[in-house]
Amino acid sequence: MVDLDLLRRLSEGAGVSGSEGEVAKLLVEVLRPYADSVDRDRLGNVIAFKEGEGPTPRPRVLLSAHMDEIGLLVTGWEDGGFLRFSTVGGVDIRTLLGQEVIVHGTRILPGVIGAKPPHLQSPAERKEAIDGEKMYIDTGLKARDELERLVPIGSVVTIARKLQVLAQGRVAGKALDNRAGVMVLVGCLKELMAVKHKADVYAVATVQEEVGIRGAITSSHGINPDLGIAIDVCHGDMLGMAEDEGYPLDKGPAIGFGPHVHHQLYRALRDSAERVGITYQVEPSPTPAGTDAWGIQIARRGIPTALISIPLRYMHTSVETLSMRDVAETIRLLLAFIQGLESAFVEGLSCY
Amino acid sequence: MLLERLSTAFGPPGQEDEVREILRQEITPHVDKIWTDALGNLLAEKRGSVQGAPRVLLAAHMDEVALMVTHIDKNGYLRFRTMGGIDQRVLVSKLVLVGPQKVPGVIGSKAIHLLTPEEREKAFHLRDLYIDIGAGTREEAEALVSIGDGVVFNSSFCHLGDGRVRGKALDDRVGCSALVEILQRRYPVTLVAAFTVQEEVGLRGGRVVAFGEEIDLALVLEATTAFDVPDSKPHETVTCLGQGPALTIMDSTLIADPNLLTILRETALEQGIPYQLRRTGGGGTDGGAIHLTEGGVPTAVLAVPCRYLHSPASVIELNDYRHLVDLTDAFLAKFMERRTKLG
Repeated sequence: MVDLDLLRRLSEGAGVSGSEGEVAKLLVEVLRPYADSVDRDRLGNVIAFKEGEGPTPRPRVLLSAHMDEIGLLVTGWEDGGFLRFSTVGGVDIRTLLGQEVIVHGTRILPGVIGAKPPHLQSPAERKEAIDGEKMYIDTGLKARDELERLVPIGSVVTIARKLQVLAQGRVAGKALDNRAGVMVLVGCLKELMAVKHKADVYAVATVQEEVGIRGAITSSHGINPDLGIAIDVCHGDMLGMAEDEGYPLDKGPAIGFGPHVHHQLYRALRDSAERVGITYQVEPSPTPAGTDAWGIQIARRGIPTALISIPLRYMHTSVETLSMRDVAETIRLLLAFIQGLESAFVEGLSCY
Repeated sequence: MLLERLSTAFGPPGQEDEVREILRQEITPHVDKIWTDALGNLLAEKRGSVQGAPRVLLAAHMDEVALMVTHIDKNGYLRFRTMGGIDQRVLVSKLVLVGPQKVPGVIGSKAIHLLTPEEREKAFHLRDLYIDIGAGTREEAEALVSIGDGVVFNSSFCHLGDGRVRGKALDDRVGCSALVEILQRRYPVTLVAAFTVQEEVGLRGGRVVAFGEEIDLALVLEATTAFDVPDSKPHETVTCLGQGPALTIMDSTLIADPNLLTILRETALEQGIPYQLRRTGGGGTDGGAIHLTEGGVPTAVLAVPCRYLHSPASVIELNDYRHLVDLTDAFLAKFMERRTKLG
C-alpha cells in the first residue's frame, strides 16, 4: 500500500515553506491519474478532487496534509564562497553542524555547514551548542561575484539527505514531517479508485504549515467541506523521552482528541478502525497542536475537524524515523472511514 | 575516482579491512613485494633503479575517526563511544553505517518542540545519544549488529564549487590515494609503502612499520586542518585551501627533520610547486611514531589542507592533492642529488 519509491521522491524533494514548487510539481503529476481534477490555489496548495458516487448532495470530505518542510534561508555572503543563513520553521540549530546541504540558488549547488573547529575553541565553548550566527555554508566557490550571482539572498537551503531504509520496515529521512502525511493522501486517492464511496473527496497538500498553518486556511475556505481531516505526524517514542511524550512506532496511527477535534468525528474514526481491525492510539492535544486541523476548524462558519497522526521519531531533524506499517494503516483507516460515510452523519455534525 | 572509493569505504580504527582490500588490489600490479604485519598494516616495497639507493618510507593511514557500539539495549537502540577525536556536537541528525555489513542507522535527537529553552542551548553529549537501526528489540538488533562494531558516517562524496570535493574520511584517504599514485612510478630510491592502521587512536600502526626495514628517511602523507573560513583570524587558519600541500615544522608528536624540510622546500621552489607551512604546533601524525623507530628516522609530513576534518563532510581542493603528489614525486626523483644535505 505504501510506495517506497514515491515516499523516497517525496522525502528527498525540496519544499521549504513558501518554496514548495518542486514537491508540488511532483504531487500534481503523481495525483493526476487518481483524481478527477488537480489544481493549485492562489497560495500554492495542491488540491486533488475525486468525485463520489450517487445523487447529490454528497458528503464533502477534506483530507489535508502539509507538504512544506523546515529549512534554511540565505541571508548573506562572505568572501571565500561562504553563505550566512537564517532558519525557516522550527529548526534545532544544534542539528546543523557538519550537514551536507543543497543550496537552491539560480542553480542547485552542494554545500556543507561548518563552524569553528573544536581545537580552536575553549573548553567552555565546547560545552555550549554552537550559535547559528557562527555557522556558515561552504559552497566551495572562490569568486565573490559568482557566489552573489548563483545564490541570491533569500535562496532556500535543504539538507542533502537520501531516504534510508532501516530494519523492521522503518525508514529515516528529512521532511517525513509531513511528506508521510502527503504519502497518505496519495495512497488514499489511489485506493479509492478500486472501491465504491459516496463522498466527494478533496485531498489537499498544503503550503506554509511550518511557519503558521497558513495554507490550510485558504484551502479550507475555498473547498468549504462538510468535514476536514488533517493528516500529520506526532512524536514517536524514543530513548530518553517520558512515557507521555511520545507514541510508539508500529502501534498504528494516533487519532487526535482535543478542542480542535469534533467529538462525533473522533468517535467515527475510532469506530472505523475497530470495524476493520486497525490498531490505533489516541493522541490527546489539550492545547493548539501545530497542525492543519487548527486552520481547518475555523474556516468559514466552522468545519468539523479531526486529526490523524503518524508516530515519527526525531521530529525536525534530518533523520526523522517512522514505520511504513503505520503509514499503510493510516491509509487503511481513512479508506474505512470514507467508505462508511453517509450524508446523514455529516448533517448531524452541527447538532449538539 | 580512487579517492571517492576510498572516502566511502568503511575503516574504523582496527577495522580497516575494506580500505586495505581496495589498496591491495590497486598497488599489487605496481610493487615488487607486498605483505601485511601483525597489526594489519599493509606494506609494500618497490625497488629503486639505483643499486644501494636509500630506502624511503612513505606512510598514509587507512583508518578514520569512527564510533563503536558499546551496548545494545532492550528496545534495540545502540549506545556508542567515539574512536578518535570526534566533536560530539556533529553527531546528531546524521546517517551512519554500523559494522562491516554496513547496517544503516540514524542518530536522532528529541524534537525541538519538547525541549525547554535552556535545553536548546546545551551541546549534545554522548550520554544523550544513541543509534537507531529500526530494530524494536535487542534480539532484532543483535541479528544485524554486534557490540564492538565500528560505525562510520554515511556521507556522499561529491564535487563542490571550484575544483573541490566533499566527503568523509578524506583524512587520510587523500594520503592513501596519493601513495597509490606514487607507487605506480619507479624512482632511483627504494620505496617502502606503509598503509597504516589505528592512527586515529594513538598512532598504533605507525609505531611498527619502520622496524627492521632499514629505513633511511620517511615521508608521511596526510590531511590537515584548514580553517580559512569566516570568523577565523589570520593566525588561526592553520592552512588554507588552494595554497598547496602543507609542510609541518612541528606538531605535538614530531619536530620534522630540518634538512628534509629544506630539501622539500627547495624541490618545490625549483619545480614551481606551491606549498605552505602548517601554522600550528598542535595535532599529530604517524610521523610522531615513525621518527622514533629504532635509532630514529628523519621524517617529514606533507598534508592536504582539509576543512571540517573529523566531521561527516570534509572538504579539500583537488589542486592541493595534485600538488602533494607532484611534490612527493619530484622529491623522490631528485633525492639522490640532494641527499648530501641530510645530516
